[in-house]
Amino acid sequence: MSRRLRGLLRKESLQILRDPSSIAIAFVLPAFLLLLFGYGVSMDSKHVPVALVVEQPSAEALSFVGAFQQSQYFAPQRFLTRQAALQALRERRVDGVLILASDFAARFKGDGDAPIQLIANGVDANSARLLEGYVQGTWSGWLRRELSARGVPVEPPAEPETRIWFNPELRSRNYLVPGLLVINMTLVGALLTALVMAREYERGTLEALMVTPVTMREVLIGKVLPYFVLGMGGMALSVAMAMLLFQVPLRGALWVLVLTSTLFLLAALGMGLLISVLARSQFVAGMIAIISTFLPAFLLSGFLFDIDSMPAAVQVITHIVAARYFVSVLQSLFLAGNVWSVILPNALALAVMAAFFLGMARRRIRKRLD
Amino acid sequence: MSEAVLMAEGLRKAFPTRHGRETALDGIDLAVRPGAVTGLIGPDGAGKTTLMRLAAGLLVPDAGRIEVLGLDATRESLAVQAAIGYMPQRFGLYEDLSVQENLDLYADLQGVEPAERPARYAELMEMTGLGPFTRRLAGRLSGGMKQKLGLACTLVKPPRLLLLDEPTVGVDPVSRRELWSIVYRLVQQAGMSVLLSTAYLDEAERCADVILLHQGRVIGQGTPESFSAPLAGRSFEVTWSGGSRRRLQARLAALPGVMDATLQGEAVRVVSETARAPDCAGLGEGTVCTPVPPRFEDAFVDRLRDGTRHPPPPSFGARQGNGRAVIRVEGLERRFGDFYAVKNLAFEVHAGEVFGLLGANGAGKTTTFRMLCGLLPPSGGHLEVAGEDLRHAPARARGRIGYMSQKFSLYSQLSVRQNLEFFSSAYNLRGARRRARIAWALSAFELEHQANDESGELPLGYKQRLAMAAALMHEPEILFLDEPTSGVDPLARREFWSRINALAEAGVTVLVTTHFMEEAEYCDRLAIMAAGEVLALGTPAEVKRRGLASGAAVPSMEEAFIRLIQGREAA
Repeated sequence: MSRRLRGLLRKESLQILRDPSSIAIAFVLPAFLLLLFGYGVSMDSKHVPVALVVEQPSAEALSFVGAFQQSQYFAPQRFLTRQAALQALRERRVDGVLILASDFAARFKGDGDAPIQLIANGVDANSARLLEGYVQGTWSGWLRRELSARGVPVEPPAEPETRIWFNPELRSRNYLVPGLLVINMTLVGALLTALVMAREYERGTLEALMVTPVTMREVLIGKVLPYFVLGMGGMALSVAMAMLLFQVPLRGALWVLVLTSTLFLLAALGMGLLISVLARSQFVAGMIAIISTFLPAFLLSGFLFDIDSMPAAVQVITHIVAARYFVSVLQSLFLAGNVWSVILPNALALAVMAAFFLGMARRRIRKRLD
Repeated sequence: MSEAVLMAEGLRKAFPTRHGRETALDGIDLAVRPGAVTGLIGPDGAGKTTLMRLAAGLLVPDAGRIEVLGLDATRESLAVQAAIGYMPQRFGLYEDLSVQENLDLYADLQGVEPAERPARYAELMEMTGLGPFTRRLAGRLSGGMKQKLGLACTLVKPPRLLLLDEPTVGVDPVSRRELWSIVYRLVQQAGMSVLLSTAYLDEAERCADVILLHQGRVIGQGTPESFSAPLAGRSFEVTWSGGSRRRLQARLAALPGVMDATLQGEAVRVVSETARAPDCAGLGEGTVCTPVPPRFEDAFVDRLRDGTRHPPPPSFGARQGNGRAVIRVEGLERRFGDFYAVKNLAFEVHAGEVFGLLGANGAGKTTTFRMLCGLLPPSGGHLEVAGEDLRHAPARARGRIGYMSQKFSLYSQLSVRQNLEFFSSAYNLRGARRRARIAWALSAFELEHQANDESGELPLGYKQRLAMAAALMHEPEILFLDEPTSGVDPLARREFWSRINALAEAGVTVLVTTHFMEEAEYCDRLAIMAAGEVLALGTPAEVKRRGLASGAAVPSMEEAFIRLIQGREAA
């Protein structure tokens, strides 16, 4: 290693250690995001507040209510009148209203059907759909139990036997947390790097560097290496938090995780450097980095929103988002294991992107100021 | 004479802007001789930095060629960069690294062998006086120390040619003088060649050779004497007993054959168009006219003056100015954390007075201004502006002051007229009064022809006029000007000061900050500031006498400044 490169690496490391904001972006922000998403955000519906209106109390109605109260999915509240329950729905104190009409018991005794009415708040369509499914399930389960207790033979035409693989408890944390690791690496790789390189242009220090015999290749390596170490450090912290704090299983091999993370981090660093070389001001570089790397990592990577349910045009766009490939890799690595048919093509895509962005940054950074 | 260390032929460079290309260098031919200090002198926008960057191989010329130490700076830039030292305007220091770490970095980059380092470091530390501060972060050094550290970093490996881009702008006169003595030492002891750019014309006399740059063209090259020699016998100092020196200046400027008349302490300095004393006979009894040696600035003005005489500055109308105190400051201080930006400040400014705050960058001038304008609350002390206590009635006081900030605060995408419209509405002017004030501003500041031009595209001198007009839209009693002349050429500066004088004659109180020493002479009274404190306060003549140990000849303002700082450090 040349003396010049050693000097640059030492300088960069000292700057990282002395700049609280780079430590914050590499370690504090990822930890904060993990805590927020791990504890605060949940895509599962549990203990959903539901208003229950029983218009005519009866043994059957009480048994039905009992089934609801036992379910972990609901937090039922009893209302005496339909009007009061609907008012609660309007005020968003409950997410749905379940009405047992006055003929509930009579119809049940009569033809064995016990109709119920569910009014769900459709503002949040996702939750409404979940609620509908849960109510349906609880209701049919109760109906079957009641009927068989009376000796009425129940023969549903076909009963689906669902088995959920990789995440049997359907914990949303298990797939959110691996996705978050991608966000965290994007922060260090692209955003932080774009800012620090643009800072050198802005403060005129790059001008002074350029007039020394240093080559621009050395300047780039001098930036990539320290931030690579920083990014991998942030990654290690995030993985440790994911496994120890949130009990997300890591079913794949650690070396595959390290290798694919390396590829993704290199791609992110390449993008960050390319952005700052083109923008040359911290403000512009920061904005471009957020819009072109951070937001797509959130929205278009399949981390929060399923790519297959996006419109076709948007699906095409996701292919140029490096985060997309890394999300696929991480979700399989953590939840399914070393699924080579998933990991290999995605890792290849990451390698291509890393080579492209680093190569572009190298081509565009010149020892000239115009 | 041996081979030139830097040579340019037909050098051209333009930069793209929104409206086509703007020419920075327009056909430059020059040669820098070895083993001497060559000054590259010109106002902002003359093309100094572009020329430096071309020489360092950081820019590619559009046409022509530039050769450094016999190498083509464009095609052999790596070889050139290995042989030269270059200090960019902002010194190129990493502020979060210590003095020693900065030196180590540049030693690594320049390929200085570890065995050679201790001796070289010791030499540089001795030369710059930074020895006791090697562990301090560069960001915590004063402006003058940063400048010296930047210089030390470029000198880690002794270069054959040293390029210094405006190393002295904005640093205090003591550091400036120290930098010059270092540069002389390098030239005399190490035989180094130095090209140094500056916007201060008075630094020309310190150079062996001068290249005068203006609007991308070389308008003169030679020894400083060769510039001022043709002006021998044409400079005079005039005093009179007829009252205000400003009135004397205006009378002299209007005399036929007078090329230039500027205030110089109690006297007026006059440059004639020919070697004949100005015709002072008509100015009344007690008028004394003494010949003085010419200055480099006279030559610059002589070359640039295009023959057309500038019209006398427009009148700004009369106002009652009876010498009452309109600004009163007592024990004023401002802390930022544990750092005192301004400490124990006390002065009074009277109506119709031009009051100057003189000091280097970081002396506390701008902080003081912001407090006086009610933009920054003081941490302690008493402050009264236009009879209002700023702590209690800042809005009312602000309606009576005008403020022109360093960066001119114009909306660059708006036209000249739109800017004036905006600022007049910001001051609540409406209808006929607003139209009248805009018409006044356009005519008084000679902006009629530019009224519909985008203000961002105007030359610096016009922007400065527009900014001043905008600050005067509501006819304030007090005008604050924060470094209004920084970087504009001497002609624009003269024009600007003639407007300030006219305002003062009309009874407007003017407060102005500057780091140009000669502008201090234009003020009625001034305060010299350093490290947040006032070192001296009084008329220019009083301040100059204060800097003096004995009653010897009155030194220059810069000399007085240096002695005051040294006196403070000794105490």
